Amino acid sequence: MWTFFHKLGSPKWFYDISGKWLPWFAIVSTLLLVAGSVWALAFAPADYQQGNSFRIIYIHVPSAILAQSCFMMMAVAGAIGLIWKMKLADVFVKAAAPVGASFTFLALLTGAVWGKPTWGTWWVWDARLTSMLILLFLYFGIMALQSAIEDASTAAKASAVLALVGMVNIPIIKYSVEWWNTLHQPATFTLTEKPAMPAEMWVPLLVMLIGFYCFFTTVILLRTRNEILVRERRTNWVKKLVTKGGAL
Amino acid sequence: MSNGMPTIAAATTPPSVMNTFIAVLKRDLTLAYRRRQDLVNPLIFFTIVVSLFPLGVSPEKSFLQEAGAGVVWVAALLATLLSLDSLFRSDFEDGSLEQIILTPQPLFIMVLAKICAHWLVTGVPLIILSPMLGVMMHLDFETIKVLMLTLLLGTPVLSLIGAIGAALTVGLRVGGVLISLLILPLYIPVLIFGTGTVQAAANLLPIDGYIALMGAIFALSLTLSPIAAAAALKISLSN
Repeated sequence: MWTFFHKLGSPKWFYDISGKWLPWFAIVSTLLLVAGSVWALAFAPADYQQGNSFRIIYIHVPSAILAQSCFMMMAVAGAIGLIWKMKLADVFVKAAAPVGASFTFLALLTGAVWGKPTWGTWWVWDARLTSMLILLFLYFGIMALQSAIEDASTAAKASAVLALVGMVNIPIIKYSVEWWNTLHQPATFTLTEKPAMPAEMWVPLLVMLIGFYCFFTTVILLRTRNEILVRERRTNWVKKLVTKGGAL
Repeated sequence: MSNGMPTIAAATTPPSVMNTFIAVLKRDLTLAYRRRQDLVNPLIFFTIVVSLFPLGVSPEKSFLQEAGAGVVWVAALLATLLSLDSLFRSDFEDGSLEQIILTPQPLFIMVLAKICAHWLVTGVPLIILSPMLGVMMHLDFETIKVLMLTLLLGTPVLSLIGAIGAALTVGLRVGGVLISLLILPLYIPVLIFGTGTVQAAANLLPIDGYIALMGAIFALSLTLSPIAAAAALKISLSN
């Protein structure tokens, strides 16, 4: 365990090992997303109240979960980068911010599309929606800070501090539906309780969720590897890699 | 010790934490006093922003009573934001910020002193000015009292959280806009509870719960944000 952690400090080692993982994550995420979306959109039973419009949760819920967990991962990676000065954690924070922002945007967009037929409006100033919007702004802030600071390690440290400070928003999002009696319904999924939905409805959701996580991992690995190459462009192993022509 | 030898430690004992706090506070207040125009500008801005709403949206008494607290709060927030960029910048430019970091006292104490000074010169005048604007927005006397109370709890939070943004952007040329982008999302909870308190008071509902939440936000930011701002300052000055 600890040797793995220590090895993560070496960008070259990570580049090599992630090259081996990458195809697997890509294949698994494609399989899961295709299977999950066909199952969810064509075979899962329609909701007794909302009919077919509920099916958007198969995209909405995974992207909302991932939007928050991506921010938490960035904060944890930021803390690791600040404490143990691990280069890879810095690279992760930089690679993850736009991806997390995209998932947040996707969650807000699918929520709006779902809200129009169900609530009769694209947007309400509900606590859950507003706190998700704040999350999107926090992602934008981190991205802006990253691009404003030229020195890579200073940028990484500064955005790590911002990610840690921004963590206060995560519990607000999580409990917004419980603290405030608002329009948004409570969590669809919890780890501790049996889902209220029948199995035909929640199993595809689980498949989609795992598929989203694999897709996220694939994208992050690609972006991280790219960033590693950019940062290590003056080292021998990158020069060797480029001159050999072995791209992957 | 007993033979009268002077000890080296006694000669170089650094001033205590409390003395440092007071010294930095005094220095910043003096500096602020010597550039009085900078103090007045955010206040004028505050007044102008508030007066834009009756002109731009509606001068109706019912609308102003409904929106008044929110308008005053948003204007206070923007005025604070305007003054934040200068929190560390002049010290950064003349190099005294580096000297402050090099002193043996804990950095977050000095950051806290600077934030205190910032609040005294920007937050407190805003609170003093707010009843006048409340009257202009046709708020009644009780509501104005609650508005002042929320500003009293809320403006220190604005300075405290804002210091993190100011510290993160101090070394950058594009400081101003970036601070807004980083800090405004973090201001939203305090804005929501601040205006929520006044709304509740205007509707004759109990406000204890809101005040407790504002106090909790204040306590949390008072303890955590000087540390975060100190860390951010060290990062900004590391290269």
